Amino acid sequence: MPAVMTRIVCLCLLVSPLLPASAQEFDVSITIPRLDVAEYHRPYVAFWVSDESNGHILDLEVWYDTGLADLEGNKWLKDMRQWWRRSGRTLDMPVDGLAAATRPQGQHDLSFTDKVSELEPGNYQLNIEAVREVGGREMLQIPFTWPPAAATTETASGDVELGEVRLVLSP
Amino acid sequence: MNKKQLAMAATVMTLCVAGTSHAHRAWILPASTVHSSETPWVTFDAAISNDIFHTDYRPMSLENVQAIGPDGSFIPLQNAHTGKYRSTFDLELDQQGTYRVFTASHGLSARWETADGERRMYPGRGRAYTPEGFAAEVPEDAHNLQVTWTSRRQETFVTAGIPDDTALEVSGEGFEMEALTHPNDLYAGETAEFRFLINGQPAVGAELTVLAGGMRYRDSQDEILATTDADGIVSITWPDAGMYWLEANYQDDQGEAPATHRSGSYVATFEVLPL
Repeated sequence: MPAVMTRIVCLCLLVSPLLPASAQEFDVSITIPRLDVAEYHRPYVAFWVSDESNGHILDLEVWYDTGLADLEGNKWLKDMRQWWRRSGRTLDMPVDGLAAATRPQGQHDLSFTDKVSELEPGNYQLNIEAVREVGGREMLQIPFTWPPAAATTETASGDVELGEVRLVLSP
Repeated sequence: MNKKQLAMAATVMTLCVAGTSHAHRAWILPASTVHSSETPWVTFDAAISNDIFHTDYRPMSLENVQAIGPDGSFIPLQNAHTGKYRSTFDLELDQQGTYRVFTASHGLSARWETADGERRMYPGRGRAYTPEGFAAEVPEDAHNLQVTWTSRRQETFVTAGIPDDTALEVSGEGFEMEALTHPNDLYAGETAEFRFLINGQPAVGAELTVLAGGMRYRDSQDEILATTDADGIVSITWPDAGMYWLEANYQDDQGEAPATHRSGSYVATFEVLPL
């Protein structure tokens, strides 16, 4: 316990000088499309930040069946196969602050401002990978620069499994 | 510890040369290789067939099939069954990491001519090498006697969670593959590197054939051919996602007496995922 405390204190000392004085924001809005299919299950969706050559930097959130008995939802995490390769297979899910419940069709507004505060300045990609039971898989990437020089909005749209994903950055 | 176990396992097994002509291809095929659940189960088919991976000839005997877990210990094959065309079994992956499922053997074979010019071979068709049998049946001074030390291995790999390397360690005995690229981290369009070894030394000039599964649904074999370089290394670039069958064959004249030649036959099954 003392060791953990020490580590937390050190982390704070390291991080605090880097905390921006301004109100930087990293907001994502994602639309889960309405699909006309006989058997519908909500998609599993992983959000993470990579560098420009797809090297994994930071996980933001993973939507999956967190509530099933015996961690049964973990069985399908591998189907988000890029995220699984880059990060998921190294984790012991559910990880607090990362694991989140699946969401229904429609638009969802998320903020990852706290999580990206530790990013070194540079060029990155936001990765969004969705996979649906008895459905398909789709992945989108949105390049961005952190910290943003100006307020920016970047969008990407999927064909089937993902609707529009919008990344809104404020300096 | 693993190496010792591996070596022992290989030593106690006997060579089975029975009726394996080159048209027939042996394989152990996992239903899946990448797993994310807590204690995943994987089911396997093991067979000898012409077409990859269609069970059209014979089941593989499970007698000598073994599985090694991420901690290097042997784990049991469960629900084993041998049918007309294939054998099946399950593994419970109760540790996180990589598992190797394999059958390996080595022994001597001999060809010679009798005084009447009649060709003979040992072990006879459908029979296995034993030191006693070899001593009793192969005449030391036979005409045109050629004795070959033969190593065979068929294997595949599956992983729960993060791929690791303990089960991939080579034994230093027989004709083996050292996975420079992890065999459960293969992706379409990427290049994998493997080193082939004969008794721990680079197997130079081993000839590889790589075939994608689903042969029944295409017109040609579409094989990838490759040869190991001076370090025993070969690179394979996977054209598409899918299950692949890899065969490597090796021969030299470095056999230890009474053998004059060495021969190695290696088969592995890999799953290549889409990017």
